[in-house]
Amino acid sequence: MTITEKILARAAGKQKLSPDDVVFAKVDKVMMHDVSGPGVIKVFSEWEKKGVKLDHIWNPDSVWVTEDHFVPAADRVSAENVIALSNFTKKYGINKHFKYGLGQYGICHTLSHEEALVLPGEVYVGGDSHTNTTGAMGTFAAGLGHTDVAYVLMNGQIWFRVPETLLFKIEGNKPAHIMAKDIILQIIGDIGTDGANYKAMQFVGSVVKNLIMEERLTLTNMTTEAGAKNGIIEPDETTNAYLRERTDAKYSPMNGDADAHYSEVFTYEIEKLEPTVAKPFSPSNISAARELQGTELDKAYIGSCTGAKLEDLREAAKILKGKKVKIRTEVLPAAQSIYMKALNEGLINIFMEAGAVVGPPTCGACCGAHMGVLGKDEVCISTTNRNFPGRMGHVESKTYLASPLVVAASAVKGKITDPRDVKN
Amino acid sequence: MKRTLRGKVHKYDKDNIDTDVILPGPYLKIHDHKELAKHAMEGIDPKFPEKVSEGDFLVTGNNFGCGSSREHAPIALSQAGIKAILSPSFARIFYRNSVDGGYLLPIEIDGSTVKKISDKDELEINLAQNRITNITKNEQYPMKPFPELIARIVESGGLMNYKPA
Repeated sequence: MTITEKILARAAGKQKLSPDDVVFAKVDKVMMHDVSGPGVIKVFSEWEKKGVKLDHIWNPDSVWVTEDHFVPAADRVSAENVIALSNFTKKYGINKHFKYGLGQYGICHTLSHEEALVLPGEVYVGGDSHTNTTGAMGTFAAGLGHTDVAYVLMNGQIWFRVPETLLFKIEGNKPAHIMAKDIILQIIGDIGTDGANYKAMQFVGSVVKNLIMEERLTLTNMTTEAGAKNGIIEPDETTNAYLRERTDAKYSPMNGDADAHYSEVFTYEIEKLEPTVAKPFSPSNISAARELQGTELDKAYIGSCTGAKLEDLREAAKILKGKKVKIRTEVLPAAQSIYMKALNEGLINIFMEAGAVVGPPTCGACCGAHMGVLGKDEVCISTTNRNFPGRMGHVESKTYLASPLVVAASAVKGKITDPRDVKN
Repeated sequence: MKRTLRGKVHKYDKDNIDTDVILPGPYLKIHDHKELAKHAMEGIDPKFPEKVSEGDFLVTGNNFGCGSSREHAPIALSQAGIKAILSPSFARIFYRNSVDGGYLLPIEIDGSTVKKISDKDELEINLAQNRITNITKNEQYPMKPFPELIARIVESGGLMNYKPA
């Protein structure tokens, strides 16, 4: 069995599982935020109206909650959603509630690894499609909607159809101008936005082995854009070292069997990869950055669970150091802890001296919610994950998706630019 | 869940209609179901809620509902009146939200069947026989049966009422 099949089998109490089996599996961790949380609260209230008793939940210690999409409160409604969330966590004794303006907080998928809330071998579900991100820790991590999260909060289990696994082997020596973002954009460009629908995407190979944890998380994060049920990387010494810095918690990692069956194997030689950009209006609509050289831009956005981890900020800062941006540029670190580390490393200074504005951690404009959304005809290059019509604002705005290196290089030139074409 | 559904078709013959189009991001803070219905499909057709009558069907291309996990999307469509969506394939979270929330039925049909159905056609969907009748054109089409567990959740009207064996 693959790692995905083995984790699900253990959680379902089965000796063996195969793709297409539908099972109820025990859940180890569950997350909701200020968009899915109020949705879950709504489901709870509907169920109570129908006579379901909801005086306690399955296991408050296995649940954690973030405020990330509409913080700082974009308006009255979003402020009230956060109040409702606070009342809910208080009522049910959920202590892991990361509150805006009260110490550590940030984007849910960033906190899941930054705070080591989820561990290898676990089944982790969250009320957000990019829950896949955390699969880089060797976890089965999948996104669910409000009803499913509400069901897990009550029952500690949920049904899954066991996915077949697509295996991506990434081999070769990684050039300095290539980031994990370029790799995953290339893969989505090749297999399409439904290329992994209902399936698992697993990443292996010498490049993956040598990637630091934050870069691995970029690979699994965007498996969502290929329709995948989950993205996953088998845990290794890099995973263990990353966790040791953050937690003493014990865990029971899983690895796939030597004779595991993969429904398809894709091999990439990384030397051949170019810095890659996804054009409007699909993450699969890719071109080499150099082919788009000269495309005029209005704005650069460095933010989100995909592209504002510490490593993303470090890479962007390498380009921006000692330079000035030519277009509006926003940097929103993905969590308070990352903001602090970036401050201590001098990265925030570099961004501000370059002329960029640095904002608080939030999903913000990535999902078109607030904090820098795009107007009609505005063109943005962004380290985020989606560029559907209207994703970051007006339905006639345009978003190009790229790595932090490409976004920073483009901010300096005011046009889409390959990082190799910016002189130090 | 009724075993036979009857309604009018609203056809959007496009692949990858995503949840940002079905229910745009700025409305994510809304959790009032009736209010969400006013913005259903706003990214592709702002007049959509006015066109739909209770019990109607959506017929679309591949990978309907891709993107964000927002349950707002099937809620908005269902509150606008849509009771089933007919597509060659659905994005996984949209599919499970539709079924588990008991909002509407995601029904898988062949791409060739999508071509045969026109906007405004009147359809009858027979869930017991997995058969679709096009009353306007006097044609019949097969639909893919729901897997066993999904069929039981559909029967229960959503996951809340479903007790695993």
